[in-house]
Amino acid sequence: MKVYMLCLALFSLGLYCILRKRNIIKIIVGVIIAEYAVNLFFILTAYRMQGRSPIFSEDAEILNMVDPLPHALVLTAIVIGLATTALLIAIAMRIYEKYGTFDITKIRELRG
Amino acid sequence: MMKPIFNIIPLFVAIPLAGAFLISLFGRRIKKLPDALGVLIALGLCGLSIWSVRLSNAYTTINYSVGSWIPPIGIGMVLDGLSTFMLVVVNLVAFCITIYSVNYMEKFTAKWKFYTLFFLMLAGMNGVIVTGDMFNLFVFLEIGAVASYALVAFGTERHELEAAFKYAIMGTVGSLFVLLGIALLYGYTSTLNMADMAAVLIEKGTGNIILMVSILFLMGFGLKAALVPFHAWLPDAHPSAPAPISAMLSGVLIKSLGVYALCRIFYNVIGLSPAISSILLVLGTISMVVGGLLALGQWDLKRLLAYSSISQIGYIVLGLGLATPLGILGGLFHLFNHSIFKSLLFLNSGAVEYATGTRDLQKMGGLMQKMPLTGATALSGSMAIAGIPPFSGFWSKLIIIIAAVEAQRYGYAFWAVLISILTLAMYMKVMKYAFFGNLKETLIGIKEVPRFMKLSMAVLAVICIVGGILFISAINEVFLQKASNVLLGGVR
Repeated sequence: MKVYMLCLALFSLGLYCILRKRNIIKIIVGVIIAEYAVNLFFILTAYRMQGRSPIFSEDAEILNMVDPLPHALVLTAIVIGLATTALLIAIAMRIYEKYGTFDITKIRELRG
Repeated sequence: MMKPIFNIIPLFVAIPLAGAFLISLFGRRIKKLPDALGVLIALGLCGLSIWSVRLSNAYTTINYSVGSWIPPIGIGMVLDGLSTFMLVVVNLVAFCITIYSVNYMEKFTAKWKFYTLFFLMLAGMNGVIVTGDMFNLFVFLEIGAVASYALVAFGTERHELEAAFKYAIMGTVGSLFVLLGIALLYGYTSTLNMADMAAVLIEKGTGNIILMVSILFLMGFGLKAALVPFHAWLPDAHPSAPAPISAMLSGVLIKSLGVYALCRIFYNVIGLSPAISSILLVLGTISMVVGGLLALGQWDLKRLLAYSSISQIGYIVLGLGLATPLGILGGLFHLFNHSIFKSLLFLNSGAVEYATGTRDLQKMGGLMQKMPLTGATALSGSMAIAGIPPFSGFWSKLIIIIAAVEAQRYGYAFWAVLISILTLAMYMKVMKYAFFGNLKETLIGIKEVPRFMKLSMAVLAVICIVGGILFISAINEVFLQKASNVLLGGVR
């Protein structure tokens, strides 16, 4: 239970970063933290108490194996996260070229 | 039993992906290739989706197992009434927009990059629609979403970048909620196949965890669909993109990634409980009212259209949330109509910007004299969205309102009627300031737009005018009715 709570704390930390920080780079870091919290949670759902690695062989009995599927899924989720982060950073760099600042309170031309 | 004909399902994802790959590989060297290949692919997908209507009528539900894994284990793709309906909507609009882009995108330097991202986005949308697997849905959702973030930033000017950053951050957070929801659902049911998951959920019953999952999905997909508390990104992102992409985003992206995914999960996986139904009703009505009121005060043409999208999405969600046969039918019918006329109106705004170089309504006037076709198509789009009788929008709004009265939700019906009048007012404003009145001095020299842009607007305008025929019983039975039956099966 404790690990799940830590996961939640990490996720909340990420969300706090996204909502409260003014620096674009810090917001991106917040997104990354929140993303990793979700990935961590997904991995934790696969865990079994004293489970063994899910490798099937002739003599092995199928008992108390760790669920291998979330690992594969999280791997995909990490790759997707990489693409999103790369795009966010590319946009942030272009924003710095145009506005000369990373402060979102100064980058507010769209409103209404 | 897999018939060879069922192999067309993965083509909806594979063709646009292959197109994106080929265009990015050869597009830079061969100048004409992106246009030719783009139009060809979009035409092929459009034809394929219309043909699949016949297929889904012949077999009801078609399953395709990727890599021949037996259903609950591998990734499954499903083609039923609802997914064929959505495929037709998405690919039809995408085809018209590709024709339009041939001329419109000339003013941008890297056309091949545009087409590559466009087809990635299309692959993501088609994937979300045909997939029958929970995690696969997330993957396609992200493919579509990441491509759309990049497309919003396509102009790489100040406003585009600002809007794209805002959209990307909010979109990513929405996707994280969806992923968290999927993780919880997987932990509870230990399966990812949607049909299997629904069966397990019926067997195990729904507890607090399903409530939590519902809220997460509502936030995640609500953000993608721009329902009102989560709408802040839309009025920035949609106007900042190039016009064809605005049309694509407002016309089909928020529907396939947002509304469709929301409905698929709530109706066909979790099952629509009365509580969720009333949440949808409230969110729909708030979106309708807030979007409508905010749109009325806008002077930027594209921003006005973007706010009006929020308002119309409210109608769709209201219709679907009623959870009566007529309400769902009306919601889906309005979804079809809205994707047609809103993409038409965004293309019109693009044509106006192409000719005059401005989006400010106060700087326009009398454009009807110089751009008769753009003016006429904009008029038919406006009449359709405002709900003037023979046009398509009238029938769908009428059905939603009748359904609300029939379900004895008089308050919601009242708001739907009121916002319909408000919609009329805001499109009167557009027509009055932009197309009627006296021609401004500064606009004397403008010309009508090139022929491919005209063609695409004309096609969409014709669909707007004759859209009501979807309700003729012969077409209705094979197309709309099948789609609403799929959703109706999930109402508890």
